[in-house]
Amino acid sequence: MKHVDSTQVQNRMGTRLLINKLAKSIFFLSTIFGLIVLVILMYRVLSQGVEWIDWQFITGKLSTMAENAGVMGPLLGTFWLMLVVAPVTLILGVGTAIYLEEYAKKNRLQSLIQTNISNLAGVPSIVFGLLGLTVFVKGMNLGNIILAGGLTMSLLVLPIVVVASQEAIRAVPQYLREASYGMGATKWQTVKNVVMPASLPGILTGSILALSRAIGETAPLVVLGIPALIIPFPDNIFDKFTVMPLQIYYWTIDSALVDEYANLAAAAIVILLLLLFAMNSIAVIIRNKFQKRL
Amino acid sequence: MDKNINVRDMIHKNKQSMNIGRVWEKMVPKVLLSIAIISILTTIGILATLTVETIAFFREVPILDFFTGTKLKPLGANAEFGVLPLLTGTILSTIIAMFVAIPVGLMTAVYLSEYASDKVRRTLKPLLEVLAGIPTIVYGFFAYTFVTPILRTFIPGLDPTNILSPGLVMGIMIIPMVASLSEDAMSSVPSEMRQGAFALGATRLETTWRVVIPASISGIIASFVLAISRAIGETMIVTIASGSSKNFTFDITQSMQTMTAYIVEVTGGEAPAGSTLYYSLYAVAMTLFVFTLIMNLLAQYISRRFREEY
Repeated sequence: MKHVDSTQVQNRMGTRLLINKLAKSIFFLSTIFGLIVLVILMYRVLSQGVEWIDWQFITGKLSTMAENAGVMGPLLGTFWLMLVVAPVTLILGVGTAIYLEEYAKKNRLQSLIQTNISNLAGVPSIVFGLLGLTVFVKGMNLGNIILAGGLTMSLLVLPIVVVASQEAIRAVPQYLREASYGMGATKWQTVKNVVMPASLPGILTGSILALSRAIGETAPLVVLGIPALIIPFPDNIFDKFTVMPLQIYYWTIDSALVDEYANLAAAAIVILLLLLFAMNSIAVIIRNKFQKRL
Repeated sequence: MDKNINVRDMIHKNKQSMNIGRVWEKMVPKVLLSIAIISILTTIGILATLTVETIAFFREVPILDFFTGTKLKPLGANAEFGVLPLLTGTILSTIIAMFVAIPVGLMTAVYLSEYASDKVRRTLKPLLEVLAGIPTIVYGFFAYTFVTPILRTFIPGLDPTNILSPGLVMGIMIIPMVASLSEDAMSSVPSEMRQGAFALGATRLETTWRVVIPASISGIIASFVLAISRAIGETMIVTIASGSSKNFTFDITQSMQTMTAYIVEVTGGEAPAGSTLYYSLYAVAMTLFVFTLIMNLLAQYISRRFREEY
């Protein structure tokens, strides 16, 4: 008895292969769809913004006059914000990761912290903004200063640093630790002198990515109540401030009133994207340079 | 060596430094634990602030009025706080975003995992990650100044601010997330299973459809759920491009406000602390938080409960 009718199979084969080919091109098109949008977005922003970028735009003060406006204030704000976010997230993030990977016993507390971190990563950024508003701005009465914004942002990007550091620490081979113990080193000496140096590239890469997330984030800072006012350049963490994404936000919504503001927003976007691009390149370079060391 | 230091002194000194070391060695885990606890304190902080202020809000506005009210008029006399206009805005923008992100993201994942050569994959994946790394404010600008004007040439009745354009752009933003999570799920399907299907004469598409996708369905669905959660919590795109109309409508060509955009609008307006308006902020944020939390837990549950182990 014949189970397979070979002529029937042969007749259908052509269509099946054709459908397969068709599907492949559709799948390919949807893959490059995102990239096409990316190109359009970049082209759009560049063509609108690039001619507005000059030395005066980068170093100038904010101004209601579009021709005189500069972004030094928001740039300095972003810089100062990072001076708070970078050390705070590094200490908290790496500390948490070391605890979870090297010290914690596999018990309830450890899994509570772990689950908690993955859930925190899913909390909308605007909710962190409300937390910052309630705890730092109003609760501690800091006001909407750089320190308050920085602490809020630190909590927001903390899960990214923790997860990246955990992965980096987990990737350190066990025999390195054992060799260190064999030499008579204590646990902390092993962590400090063996595990940390070996996992540093991974930790740095994760931290830079977390920082670039913090640089681009807008919503939590809007919630902190940072106004669209022209304020003096910040020069310490207790100053009031604005940052690049916030300035882009205010220029974008005000472009309904003054057309040129849309161009200013585009120009500021170009600078913001360049900044992020530079940071991500550094992350990639670190990753590639140290990848083969172990 | 100094004559005055004898062996006994050296041993003594060594012991002292070892004692300090021992104390430090014991302190390290405690210090690290207290650092790790901060993440838990963050969660407690979020829950506490939201709960306390939300309770204060429900003392002034009955909980039923909040969840069933179709009118949101937070300012002036006779203020009304119905959350339904915000919920429809949020849900509609999420649905529109999913119409873009789910099909395109899934097809991208299929292409990268099943069709693309190693070289193509290695070029395309980082490029898609660029798309994911662009700040949301840039997408908001793009939706408002580019996508909306283009859409208005096709749809004459479209408002300058509407929910359609930010929904679409949000979908594009979420494509890389769906693609990369689904691709992870698909590429963890062992290649023996594919080869089995090929050996039976299946084409690549048939293999993908009948073998790979069913085998990785838990990861794929989980990626959809996470994408929904992300869309619900997205703020800047909708704030910029959808305006602040609080009408209760299902017409996607109109301006609508999402829960996130409401929070931005109210905090930007400096609501006096203690006013009903101020408390409404937290009630809306609580609703938003619960929604996204349910989605995240659901995603974790799906990927754990329905995972097929090979």
